[in-house]
Amino acid sequence: MHHLWLIPALPLAGFLVNGLFGRRLPKAIINAVAVGSVLLSFLWVLQVLNGLMPLETLYVERYATWIASGSLDIPYELAIDRLSAVMLLVVTGVGLLIHIYATGYMSHEDGYYRFFAYLNLFMFFMLTLVLANNYLLLFVGWEGVGLCSYLLIGFYYLKNSATTAGNKAFIVNRIGDFGFALAIFLIFIQFGTLDFPAVFSAAQPLPAESTAGILTAICLLLMVGAAGKSAQVPLYVWLPDAMEGPTPVSALIHAATMVTAGVYMVARSSALYLKAPLAMDVVALIGLLTAVLAATIGMTQFDIKKVFAYSTVSQLGYMFLALGVGAFSAGIFHVVTHAFFKALLFLGAGSVIHALEGEQDLRHMGGLRKKIPITFLTLACAWVAIAGVPPFSGFHSKDEILLAAHHHAPWMYWIGVVTAGITAFYVSRAMFLCFFGKYRGHHHPHESPVSMWGPLAVLALLSLGGGYTHIPQFLAPVFPLAEGAHDFTLVAISVAAGLTGIGLAWFLYIAKPGLADSIASNLGGLYKLVYNKYFVDELYFATIINPAIAGSRTVLWKFLDAGLIDGTVNGAGHMAQWVGAKCRRLQSGNIRTYATWVVLGAVLLIFTIGGVR
Amino acid sequence: MSAYPILSVITFLPLAGAAVILLTGQRPARWIALVTTVATLGLSMPLYQAFDKSSGAMQFAESRPWIPAWSVVYGMGVDGISLPFIFLSVVLCVLCVAASWTAIQERPREFYSALLVAETAMIGLFAATNLFLFYVFWEIMIVPMFLLIGVWGGAARIFAAFKFLLFTLAGSLLMLVGLVGLLHTTGTLDFQALTTGTKLNPQLQAWLFIAFTAAFAVKVPMFPVHTWLPDAHTEAPTAGSVILAGILLKMGGYGLLRVALPILPDAVQLFLKPMLALSIIAIVYGAYVTLAQTDVKRLIAYSSISHMGFVTLGIFTLNRAGVEGAILQMINHGIITGALFLCVGMIYERTHTREIADYGGLSKAAPVYSTLLALFCLAAAGFPGLNAFVGEFLIIGGAFRTWAWLGALAVFGVLLGTTYLLWLYYRVVLGELNPGLRGLRLELNAREVITLAPLIFLVLLLGLYPESVLGYLRASVANLLEGR
Repeated sequence: MHHLWLIPALPLAGFLVNGLFGRRLPKAIINAVAVGSVLLSFLWVLQVLNGLMPLETLYVERYATWIASGSLDIPYELAIDRLSAVMLLVVTGVGLLIHIYATGYMSHEDGYYRFFAYLNLFMFFMLTLVLANNYLLLFVGWEGVGLCSYLLIGFYYLKNSATTAGNKAFIVNRIGDFGFALAIFLIFIQFGTLDFPAVFSAAQPLPAESTAGILTAICLLLMVGAAGKSAQVPLYVWLPDAMEGPTPVSALIHAATMVTAGVYMVARSSALYLKAPLAMDVVALIGLLTAVLAATIGMTQFDIKKVFAYSTVSQLGYMFLALGVGAFSAGIFHVVTHAFFKALLFLGAGSVIHALEGEQDLRHMGGLRKKIPITFLTLACAWVAIAGVPPFSGFHSKDEILLAAHHHAPWMYWIGVVTAGITAFYVSRAMFLCFFGKYRGHHHPHESPVSMWGPLAVLALLSLGGGYTHIPQFLAPVFPLAEGAHDFTLVAISVAAGLTGIGLAWFLYIAKPGLADSIASNLGGLYKLVYNKYFVDELYFATIINPAIAGSRTVLWKFLDAGLIDGTVNGAGHMAQWVGAKCRRLQSGNIRTYATWVVLGAVLLIFTIGGVR
Repeated sequence: MSAYPILSVITFLPLAGAAVILLTGQRPARWIALVTTVATLGLSMPLYQAFDKSSGAMQFAESRPWIPAWSVVYGMGVDGISLPFIFLSVVLCVLCVAASWTAIQERPREFYSALLVAETAMIGLFAATNLFLFYVFWEIMIVPMFLLIGVWGGAARIFAAFKFLLFTLAGSLLMLVGLVGLLHTTGTLDFQALTTGTKLNPQLQAWLFIAFTAAFAVKVPMFPVHTWLPDAHTEAPTAGSVILAGILLKMGGYGLLRVALPILPDAVQLFLKPMLALSIIAIVYGAYVTLAQTDVKRLIAYSSISHMGFVTLGIFTLNRAGVEGAILQMINHGIITGALFLCVGMIYERTHTREIADYGGLSKAAPVYSTLLALFCLAAAGFPGLNAFVGEFLIIGGAFRTWAWLGALAVFGVLLGTTYLLWLYYRVVLGELNPGLRGLRLELNAREVITLAPLIFLVLLLGLYPESVLGYLRASVANLLEGR
């Protein structure tokens, strides 16, 4: 036994301590519990991996039965293979750094203990999700991280926009979960089990479906779930709003870990997807569409966190593109590098916001590189990493994805390259607006404490060197290596696209400031369309949400329930009353009337009986 | 089994308590009620420990001649299906007394004796082994419920009480007709004898099914005979709502399992599709109407219609997962909805309003209350790891085996369920404190936290270790489904 259960149980213990007693505890103890539990969890991951390496097969631990009914048997079972090992390291490692950062970032906030309790609870569910050995336990983690996301988005619960954003995230995710739940039931019907090894080995001998069949349906429904959790078209709308949460939350949950759960789940189900090529195509198309759409919106936003949020959506699109074209290990590789550089971008943005006492608008920044140099330097590392500048981390993983896409369908590669250019452009734009030029705000920027820039520095190193982790090779026992040899021309083109993006941003925001605004106003309608995020939110409201609410209130409750059904019942009641009222007249108390009725009745009776005879 | 008639003891102990209360006075009423309910709970403990889970037969059986002319006996006994309901009844009754401790100032003597009479009816109904006794307790139950709603209820209590009475009496009458018909043709009313005896002819079964199911459907309540429920729930005092939601609704589901499925198997097959359709309608329609509610108690009441739809759906899947899930769902719904009504009652005692719009921002003023409400809302929403999830999972799994689209629609109902609960929580707890609530002491006191504590424990226990109920069910459900 390697006691895998300790990995999620440690943060759970942290949650219980801080959640139950945190109100009365001093900050130092809250910090020690919150950070310590994640640190121990991280160390335990290392300990387990040390004991299990080289981990070429799945290692399973069964603890107890959870649900048993008839032939159904769902155990509490955790398992680890190389795929989950990678995820565990990212979740606990990056999670640890973000916890440390948050002790500095949140130090002045109300509800400090509550924040860390939620954060620990999130770690518990996320680690459960990664370690689960069946779909239902994975679903527990899946719902759990969603709940924590909701709680943390709405952390500033006195603020209306925060709670609204939390609700939006929750509801959109439930639509995704609807698909996921259906998929789970279909898997159960099809395979009679929900255990990963059993399902995947049962799928192994099946032929790949050339037309849509049950496996295609399962995979498409799984993708609906993934699209909700990982913010893909058409369910991506919650993620930008989720930036209402505290910035460490944006970094941990809405950039590095939770939003990649969909990618993980699809990758975990690769054995099913490989039998459903149609579903794979859909995954690739959704990924590609999301990547482009979100990247274009990212070019126009002025809230620094919103820019990075759309960037996250777009990068997640890349990951799904990878999965869809069959390059599962490349997708996970990008999960890892993205966790490094995007967590860094958000934490860096948090450091900027912290320095400016809450200012998030890029238009009120500028020239900050001299005032908060450490933040600038670390963010610059994330910048080159995401822009795909060789040899930094983003270059490696993006390169793998684009090559695999080219092998699958060249046009996908080309769209990916354009998106890479746009990506480099919007990040550079944010960097230039934030750190270069003149300071346009009215605060007194100050550098963040070491608890904040320390994690930034570590993430900066990871963002620079994370490309040399050889994730795809490490994952070879889980996924077959992606086909498609390295083609220098293709690599050069994508690097050139990134550099062009940076150059263009430099030209528009440094060389010719003001040019960007005039271009925007010249584009007029098109710019407005993109700036307003293609009016997708408004479309959803008009076509789905408002009619649904109106339908519930007027059609069903007022009309059908209170009107028709109760009306019928009340009608019967009124009828009885009416009959009763009429009959009451018979009881007049007048003896002679009674006598008349008795005689009439007797006569009637005699005639009837006589008639029958 | 020993000669000690444990089932009769726990059934009639509350009735004795009620008599004592009526003979003493207003002052000690609540104390006597508390002692009686706790004693009943304590005395029921040997049931769960000594119960043989591997057997699906009636255990702790008692039998005495009663009305020889109709060959009616006084028969008591429990199997794995009835035992969890008895447990739920005795637990909820203790909590009802605790929840009424300060809320009931008017005529406490009558209130607590009505509550105890109801407890006798509930336990008796679940312990009865023949239809006659079952019917007697079924009818007894109506009286204290009618009084609880009509005397200690809210503003529109009289209307609600009569609506409840009319609906249930209509059902009861049909059940009586069915009962007489059954006795007339078979000469026995013993569940066991009716199940194993010669099959009734299908046409008679169909008529009997209509009569019995009408009675059960009103209690569940199934669409479209559900409209009494929102009024009754809303107007009843907290303890009344808890009993209604926690136990009374389950009598309908229990009746289907005890009477319809084993005794009228051909009719069940005949009416299978309409019953499944009505269940799905209840789930989706109930959830959808819930969304529009503006009164907290009415909202929970409508959500009950949706959640009980899962119960009938599970029962009529006629497979192991579905039926076990349905029973689990009934227990879970009793726990969760009981807890939600207790929560609402506790805050109502302070604010005297049920309008959701009058709330808002409780989280800062009452953090413990908000946390517990969140837990119960999550449980009601079918959050995995909490109790309702397991039941719904089994039911939907069972439904998928029957027809996949049934399962899909049920999943949609779950989705709607999370939406209205989330919205409720959002409007009541989050945001700035509603100005109308300023200056009130909103946080729970120790008595209230202790009242909710057993339900918190059960929500977690049944979610993480559902075997604690499923273990009891297994043999009896197998008996029920394979005995046909």
